[in-house]
Amino acid sequence: MPDGLIIYVDIERCLGCLSCYFACATEHSLTKTTYTAPYEVPTPISRIRVVPALGYNVPIRCMHCEKPPCVEVCPTEALYKVAEGPVLLREDLCIGCKGCILACPYGAISLDLGKKVIAKCDFCVDRVRKGLTPACVEACPTGALRYGRVEEALYELRKRKAKEFATGLTGTSGSDAVLYIPPSGGEEHGCNSH
Amino acid sequence: MGVTPIRKPEEKTVDKAAQIMIRRAEELGIETVYHRYEKQQPQCGFGSLGLCCWFCMMGPCRIDPYGVGPSRGICGADANTMVARRVLFHIANGEAAHGEHAFHVLETFKGAVEHSLEGRPYPYRIADERKLRSIAKRLGIPDAETRSVLDLAVEVVKKIEEDFTRTTEEPLNVFRAYSIESRRRIFERLGIVPRSIWREAFEALHRIHVGVDADYRSLLAHGLRTALADCYAMLTATELQDAMFGTPRPVESYANLGVLKHDEVNIVVHGHNPLLSTKVVEVARSEDALKLAKDVGAKGINVCGICCTANEVLMRLGIPSAGNLLHQELALATGAVEAMVADYQCVMPALADVARCFHTKLVTTMPIARIPGAIHIEWKAGRADEVAWEIVRTAVENFPRRARERVFIPDIKSKLIAGFSVEAIVEALGGSLAPLIEAIKRGDIRGIVGIVGCNNPKVPQDRGHVELAKELIANDVLVVGTGCWAIAAAKAGLMSLEAQALAGGRLRKVLEALKIPPCLHMGSCVDNSRILVALNAVAEALGVDISDLPVFGSAPEAMSSKAVSIGTWFVTQGVNVHLGVIPPVLGSELVTKLLTEDVEKLVGARFVVEPDPKKAAEIMLDHIDRKRRALGLPA
Repeated sequence: MPDGLIIYVDIERCLGCLSCYFACATEHSLTKTTYTAPYEVPTPISRIRVVPALGYNVPIRCMHCEKPPCVEVCPTEALYKVAEGPVLLREDLCIGCKGCILACPYGAISLDLGKKVIAKCDFCVDRVRKGLTPACVEACPTGALRYGRVEEALYELRKRKAKEFATGLTGTSGSDAVLYIPPSGGEEHGCNSH
Repeated sequence: MGVTPIRKPEEKTVDKAAQIMIRRAEELGIETVYHRYEKQQPQCGFGSLGLCCWFCMMGPCRIDPYGVGPSRGICGADANTMVARRVLFHIANGEAAHGEHAFHVLETFKGAVEHSLEGRPYPYRIADERKLRSIAKRLGIPDAETRSVLDLAVEVVKKIEEDFTRTTEEPLNVFRAYSIESRRRIFERLGIVPRSIWREAFEALHRIHVGVDADYRSLLAHGLRTALADCYAMLTATELQDAMFGTPRPVESYANLGVLKHDEVNIVVHGHNPLLSTKVVEVARSEDALKLAKDVGAKGINVCGICCTANEVLMRLGIPSAGNLLHQELALATGAVEAMVADYQCVMPALADVARCFHTKLVTTMPIARIPGAIHIEWKAGRADEVAWEIVRTAVENFPRRARERVFIPDIKSKLIAGFSVEAIVEALGGSLAPLIEAIKRGDIRGIVGIVGCNNPKVPQDRGHVELAKELIANDVLVVGTGCWAIAAAKAGLMSLEAQALAGGRLRKVLEALKIPPCLHMGSCVDNSRILVALNAVAEALGVDISDLPVFGSAPEAMSSKAVSIGTWFVTQGVNVHLGVIPPVLGSELVTKLLTEDVEKLVGARFVVEPDPKKAAEIMLDHIDRKRRALGLPA
């Protein structure tokens, strides 16, 4: 991705407000405003969906895979991966065969029934090349979708894992090679977490 | 989380004093409405279109305008129902606000009358007998010219109490008294005659309850009725306030943050009701209070105001205005305010956080409006003098705690003339409306536009207010108005005699002859009723309906539910209303069409949305010229 920047998704923070869904459709419209985009013909298509699972809300979106199956199966080379990272679509080459939809391991590709082509996340390349954040991230009010360096995302993940080790909630506290011994004195746990 | 573009102060407001104070607040690390606005970007698309509904606990529900998701809520409400419910909610919310305001004024007025009858002292009295007689006469109370004032007041109280409590289908007494024949006929035909100030908002809340009214047309029809109840609630408030505190007459004063003083105790009254703010002014102007202030090293006590309670005490007592809605936090950020005294409506809870940065005391006063972090000194009508004293004393005693090195008051204020009640306008015209009507007929006054309403951080503060007014007066349109617009116009100098120079040649001659500014301050937002009273009189004098007049209404920076309600009743009364901010209705094509097109067939006027003030002025001039042609008046 541009300069190692990625979108990361924090499932716990997603309230299912659909702001990302709305902002994505608006961004991929001609007029790009809330008040006008929904009424354009053809109707702009959102490339992100929020799907409920196990009591959580999960934003489903293109992962821009390193070896994208959608690109591999595309018979017309409409789908391609650019050097910066995003997997993009040449809409004029798409024949609407839906092979990519079946190939995508994440169910992230939509169908534009108006134009009879597929619609997928383009990582808001126009925006990120200008130094802006992707529209879905900008619209997210809780930080469930964030945009930043890989290391930042991994730090978030490690922080959560570290907490789990510290509170003994990991389920496993070791392997054949490493053993974590959780601290004693349960009441004090997490008192400094805020 | 979203990265929000940071706008420069010059993009947030056209007011120079505000630009300076926004920078100052940023230096001090004080968060203001502008920062919070930016943090809310981008705002929810569903909410912006009116497509979310939370009126029941099956919800919240949303309708997807992009067509992938649901097209109905869980109960089956479609986009039209959802948007119309929301519009009715705003109108009822506005009507309840003005209705409560009017009720508090009525209670106090009644207290004054009862105490007078029993010869007991009371903080309030009937100060304007002439106004009371005129109200009584309009209400059809016999012998209004000759009977004793107290006698009449008892009858007036009875008539107005009925307007709150009526349980029949009869119209409001105040509606009968202050409406014109042609409008009454239209309202009767549509079945939207307002019956009771309490009932219409009550019924509105019932209609928007889950599983009641689902037809956007009947929801909106009740919206018109509720808005009319709002109109006459406001009129009730204005009239009784005039009777108690005096009908405004032209008065000179100043507006903008520069009215705060370095060497005096600064008390800023904020909110909408004159019941307490008038008392605070009375006490602050007393010899005893002055002595108290001198004892703590202050040269005096400077009362000034924010929002419409400021307009109330400006109109009647010449108290300077520190600014409109978006000035409230900036006034406190000067560090020069000993106490901000709030009653209700448009008082931002954030004030407590700004006050905390200084010695400033935020004082809430109304039992229905409390703010965490404020001190609460509760107003009661019978104890109003003591309460006002306690507030003034609190402010004065706070003066020595002012950190002088942190005080920063922008030296910007504009001279103004306010106080243009209908009575004052008639007086300025030499005793009757005839010269105004003649000027309209000749075309020296091409038309009249009433500009009202709030500030809204969605648009640069005061830009719409000021640019629209300038454009109109340059084209010989007389501009009148109230509320936050009036303060914006005053700050921009448009309410001074010097501003006559900005008027078109024909209008200028009229203004010079009458010695009035091109923009007339008609009062607080509750006083929009004065504009209606004037329109009624002009229509009757010309023998036409309000919808035939070369007039327009505008709320370029509308924000509150009250503004929705006021805009709706102006339309219902036959006046086209321009909004400079897009209301949350575009989620329903049918509701949008009804409000901006079809409603004209019912009441002779409609809403127009145009964010650009120059284009808005063109739309208004075009409409005014069409109405003039229809009346056979020269261009």
